[in-house]
Amino acid sequence: MLRYVVRRLIGVIPTLFVLSFLLYAWLRSLPGGPASALLGDKATPEKIAALNQTLGLDDPIWVQYGKFIGRVFTGDFGASLASSRPVADELADALPATIELAFAALLFAIVLGIPLGYLSAKRRGGFFDNATVIATLVGVAVPVFFLGYVLKQWFAVDLGWLPPSGRVTVGLDQTRITGFLVLDGILTREWDVVWDSLRHLILPAITLGTIPLAVIVRITRASVLDVLNEDYVRTAEAKGLRARTIRNRHVLRNGLLPVSTTIGLQAGLLLAGAVLTEKVFVWGGIGSLLAEGIEKRDYPRLQALILVAAMTYVLVNLIVDLSYALIDPRVRVR
Amino acid sequence: MSVGIAVSLAACADSERGEGGDGDSNATLTIAGSGKPKNFDPIFNDDGESYRPIRQMYETLIQNKAGTAELEPALATKWEVSPDGKKITFTLREGVKFHDGTDFNAEAVCFNTDRWFNMKTPAAQSQMIYYADVFGGFAKNETEAGGDPLYAGCEATNPTTAVLSLNKFRGALPAAFTLTALSISSPAALKKFNADTVSQSGDSFTYSDYATKNPTGTGPFKFQSYDASNGTTTLVRNEDYWGEKAKVAKLVIRTIESEPARKQELESGAVDIIDYPAAQDWKGLESKGMKVEVRPAFNVLYMGMNEKNPKLKDLRVRQAIAHAINREQLVKTKLPEGAEVAKNFMPKTLDGYADDATGYAYDPNKAKQLLAAAGASNLTLKFYYPTEVSRPYMPDPKAIYTSIAADLTAVGIKVEPVARPWNGGYKDDVQQAGKHDLHLLGWTGDFNDAYNFVGTFFGREKAEFGFTDKAAFAQIAAADAEPDADKRKALYEQVNRDLVGKYLPAVPISHSPPAIATAGNIDGLVASPLTDERFAPVSKS
Repeated sequence: MLRYVVRRLIGVIPTLFVLSFLLYAWLRSLPGGPASALLGDKATPEKIAALNQTLGLDDPIWVQYGKFIGRVFTGDFGASLASSRPVADELADALPATIELAFAALLFAIVLGIPLGYLSAKRRGGFFDNATVIATLVGVAVPVFFLGYVLKQWFAVDLGWLPPSGRVTVGLDQTRITGFLVLDGILTREWDVVWDSLRHLILPAITLGTIPLAVIVRITRASVLDVLNEDYVRTAEAKGLRARTIRNRHVLRNGLLPVSTTIGLQAGLLLAGAVLTEKVFVWGGIGSLLAEGIEKRDYPRLQALILVAAMTYVLVNLIVDLSYALIDPRVRVR
Repeated sequence: MSVGIAVSLAACADSERGEGGDGDSNATLTIAGSGKPKNFDPIFNDDGESYRPIRQMYETLIQNKAGTAELEPALATKWEVSPDGKKITFTLREGVKFHDGTDFNAEAVCFNTDRWFNMKTPAAQSQMIYYADVFGGFAKNETEAGGDPLYAGCEATNPTTAVLSLNKFRGALPAAFTLTALSISSPAALKKFNADTVSQSGDSFTYSDYATKNPTGTGPFKFQSYDASNGTTTLVRNEDYWGEKAKVAKLVIRTIESEPARKQELESGAVDIIDYPAAQDWKGLESKGMKVEVRPAFNVLYMGMNEKNPKLKDLRVRQAIAHAINREQLVKTKLPEGAEVAKNFMPKTLDGYADDATGYAYDPNKAKQLLAAAGASNLTLKFYYPTEVSRPYMPDPKAIYTSIAADLTAVGIKVEPVARPWNGGYKDDVQQAGKHDLHLLGWTGDFNDAYNFVGTFFGREKAEFGFTDKAAFAQIAAADAEPDADKRKALYEQVNRDLVGKYLPAVPISHSPPAIATAGNIDGLVASPLTDERFAPVSKS
């Protein structure tokens, strides 16, 4: 198992290098560079030229890339053009926010999705099944941005039940340890912070979790249907095993294998949804950083974010493969 | 709702102040802006989002009278310009203290002006955009892009008198001392927190502890904290403020980039004031009990015509284009209520505005005749317009482009549209490379000075216009160099007449009023044409 993990990790390195160079070169080829972004609307051609020289932006692209990678190895991603803060600090602030949101969204999707999919399969063709199938179609089709906007309008603006944006009410005293606000609240026993940040999580988590929820329901349903038709389930039923035992030991255990892969893939895709969700709910995570970075052509920040996103994606895939290997020993043997 | 109403509202707000109705003095006022501040050291900033918190913490020597671009005393109670314009004597307010408890006096003023002039490192100098704009250059220009320094020195003749010496007269002064960039910082804090350290970090810069954690001015609010991850700045009332103290205990400025999200925040009661509500939402907000304050327009939108194209070098062709555009219709249909057709390249309120400048009435037939006379009937023009941007003077560039392009097509000009993202090539293509024939751009003024508009656009050769008339440049320079206010006004009036009538390097299109909206329980906000809103007189009940 350990050799398998090490082999996979080493395989990731060249992928990351090639990916990062291509993205770096691509970003640099876009019009509108750091100098004109830094100088704003009052930039003159002479000032831009002078700043390009100061920043070393007139060096050849591989020299710039080399310097960039050299700094990355020391944990220095440079400073953001938009905020002039070190990008590493921005990432350290934003990562927990996004992970917290993604975790809540995924939790929402899994906790609701697996039972719904299972029940749908068990009652195949019935009203519940049909309603669920239609709902999941809608769930996949509604744009994240629109859903977020509508949820916010209903529950925050019109009804006033939930806060419209942010991670916590402005001005609420809180101690930050890990950056995960709910967890921090529990650790410090600041129950008002826990309650407040949970309330802030509800709407964005539902928004971000809707597509994964729909996907999980459908995959679970299909997979459970397959398993229900397997001989060993019928055998178990014939043996007179209790329904619960059949469900847990036979149906779910085998039926959830493809679902776990799907969950992993969805987790990787969450970042794309987070860009929009975070913008709608002013969440202050990786998605917001990315959206603002693209709009303002914040190259240092984009370089770092793309690198981190690529690493995350690769890692998530690795974890999925590993969990697969844990659930299904045959994978390890191969 | 019209500008008229807004202006009279602003006037009411002025008179209501101090007559009770001060609201809850323990309240927290929450404002939503559209971007994060860069840092809090005034001299290293040039954008409205950084200025919003800075304006509440710092003061300048001279300020803009609330709701106008007129000058009024601030940290200086009086200022006198010598006849040759080379000396400005500031009489300073007494009994003013910085937030760190140190005294504000003439030495502090000179410390600040000397600091700006003597700033070292190319990184720091490159970020002092307004200083360089007004004062030309530094004691030692670190890059070749530096200009001739205007600053000759500052002397504190006594604690309340600071005398500033200049190498020559410059029309922008003393009005430029209203610039937020030229706010006065505490010398003790500047030294203690190494304010001048601007370091290169990768492709960008990082700033000192002064700029990020310890900004220290004299204003009605003091810095408390900045949460960089979501761009929330928290300020608290300065209890030792020399003037009327702030009406609320806490001021929180949040960053909410998306315009619909800002509107939802206001409607849900999560914030009290939002900046730049979309014009189509103004009525809806008011019907829900919010107040929409429309700022008097202090901007201009123009369509540039690049004379690098030989066809556009012909004045008749440019005049034809001006006659072809139905600006009345454009302003009525594509711009917010209160917007006006522009006659000059600067707003009416500035000295030097020429109301009698040539107007180009909408006249497609005349346009066709002029084009035929110039032998340019089959003209094809590359028309650049920006995407991914909304500016106060240009809320929806594509809609404006579409309207103008239709007018031009109607007189037989073939238009090739070129859309480029604002930060992703538009400014480079237009302002540096001059790849366009026609383009849309504009400007919001920084302070009460004609040069800040016409000089910025047409004071020298620029790739943006391909306009090379040396006589015009000399005419503008002469107006800027004239110390006598009345003569200067007359010179600028002529500049404005000639720019439209004789040179026509661009077509002035419109002046648009941007708005700021507040919840119903907020009183005392005075919308500023320069977006220079002060929140100390604002109360919340």
